[in-house]
Amino acid sequence: MITIENLTKRYGGFTAVDDISFEVRPGSVVGFLGPNGAGKSTAMRMMTGLTPPTSGRATLLGQTYREVHNPGRQVGVMLDASAQHPGRTGREVLRVAAVSIGVSKARVDEVLGLVGLTEEEAGRRVRNYSLGMRQRLGIAAALLGEPQVLILDEPANGLDPQGIHWMRGLLRRFADGGGTVLLSSHLLHEVQIVADDLVMIGRGRIVAMGSKEELLSRGGTTVRSTDDVRLASLLERADVPVTKIGSGLVVDAEPGVVGRIAADERVVLLELRSGGSEGLEEMFLGLTAATSREGDAA
Amino acid sequence: MSTTSLGTDTTPVVGGRAAAPTPTPLAGQPGVPFSRTYRAELRKMVDTRSGRWMVIVMAAAAALILAGFVIWGPAEDASFRGLLGLATLPLAMLLPIIGVMAATAEWSQRTGLVTFVLEPRRGRVVLAKALGALSLAVVVLAAAVAASALANVTGGTGEWDMTAAIAGGTVLALLVYVLQGVAFGLLFLNTPVAIVSVLVLPTVWSIATTAITSLQDVGRWLNLDTVTGPLFEGEMAGQDWARLATSAAVWVLLPLAIGTWRVLHREVK
Repeated sequence: MITIENLTKRYGGFTAVDDISFEVRPGSVVGFLGPNGAGKSTAMRMMTGLTPPTSGRATLLGQTYREVHNPGRQVGVMLDASAQHPGRTGREVLRVAAVSIGVSKARVDEVLGLVGLTEEEAGRRVRNYSLGMRQRLGIAAALLGEPQVLILDEPANGLDPQGIHWMRGLLRRFADGGGTVLLSSHLLHEVQIVADDLVMIGRGRIVAMGSKEELLSRGGTTVRSTDDVRLASLLERADVPVTKIGSGLVVDAEPGVVGRIAADERVVLLELRSGGSEGLEEMFLGLTAATSREGDAA
Repeated sequence: MSTTSLGTDTTPVVGGRAAAPTPTPLAGQPGVPFSRTYRAELRKMVDTRSGRWMVIVMAAAAALILAGFVIWGPAEDASFRGLLGLATLPLAMLLPIIGVMAATAEWSQRTGLVTFVLEPRRGRVVLAKALGALSLAVVVLAAAVAASALANVTGGTGEWDMTAAIAGGTVLALLVYVLQGVAFGLLFLNTPVAIVSVLVLPTVWSIATTAITSLQDVGRWLNLDTVTGPLFEGEMAGQDWARLATSAAVWVLLPLAIGTWRVLHREVK
């Protein structure tokens, strides 16, 4: 369980994280989504005691990070997969962490297997790792102490599509076992695959949160058919508000409602999906555009 | 846990099932036991390519100097004391660099993102690094003693002219230099800057205090190289201890204090 209460970080006049609050309950994989410079990493560093908050607080399992007994056994953290000494082998990185956490060498081999790093790869120096391999190593380090909570910053960055699906499976199993996962991403598509719930952040503030389905269906349903004019009049007759967009219609109703009307009236549908012009994607793109106009913040 | 349940009234909840049992944290002191932090930090000093090479270069330099001196040096000076004095020369220069690297790697290689997450009480990590560097110095020094003894028996005079004062003084002086390395590392948190500073600044200061007449008095008290002289010779007397303490305070304890403060307060990125 991760609880964030009114967390704020200011650097001089710049507010990197602006009064965010949310609680991640056990059993969930929550995506922390936002464009670069939105404040995701700063928020995660505040959760793990690396950056002192200007105000507010973050607790893990009811304790602030600095109060946690043997943090590695309770909270698995990966804040930057590239932040590893290039002269150490992958296995040695985990061995050193194992000494500090107090777990056995056997557990090191176990997590190496869990993240799919082979014997030969584990013996290579991190200098020669691809970004995807560093991500796997970072996740192995986070899992080393069999924690209850995982905090991962951009864990899917650098993974191939297959790797992203692998990560989804890994994190899903972790959450099904009662674990709590918070992972960040700046790619909507990526986080849609891995996470079940989303917290969206832009310019330091939370702009949306909820389950993926709920957020994706926001703004109604987009539908396209062979005869949009006829479909629009049928929907209007059924008292469903319809807006015409470039190609197709945005309907303020569940996809099921639209689909049933189309089926009854034998209209051929070409596309039917959750989310209209105000959907998650548009919202995210809006945020990205607004942030990039302001230049590179943080 | 009361604060958390209070929080849920106002804090929006995302994900999970309401019915899921609330996990409880493991009971115990914050952080990890110091012995484990110490072992991890000691291990990190020699498990990288650069760390291992530092030890190899030190050993090779000491061995070469000993061999060279035994073969070509003046035979009458090749006593145990003379040989050990030579063998410790590369150590005095290179051991501080191990201290520097131990202190700076967390920042220059950004491994602090892992280290300070596993032990958020950074002061203990700093202490573990300092003690680790000192321990490593003692081990390397013990090897140098063994090598000097071997050189003495095989090619030296076979004379065992070592006193407890010299032995103790040599150990103490080397430990002061190692701690200085750690201190400079913590002060600058940047490997090249710290290494150059720890090698060049004392030398520049040494030259200045010798060359400039008005600085000579100050130099007698604040030149670490000068004040450790009697220590290596085993001839510490009267004011020598006060001078050593003064120099060590300025060149070791002051940077150590400022550097530790920096590490405790710096944001880890």
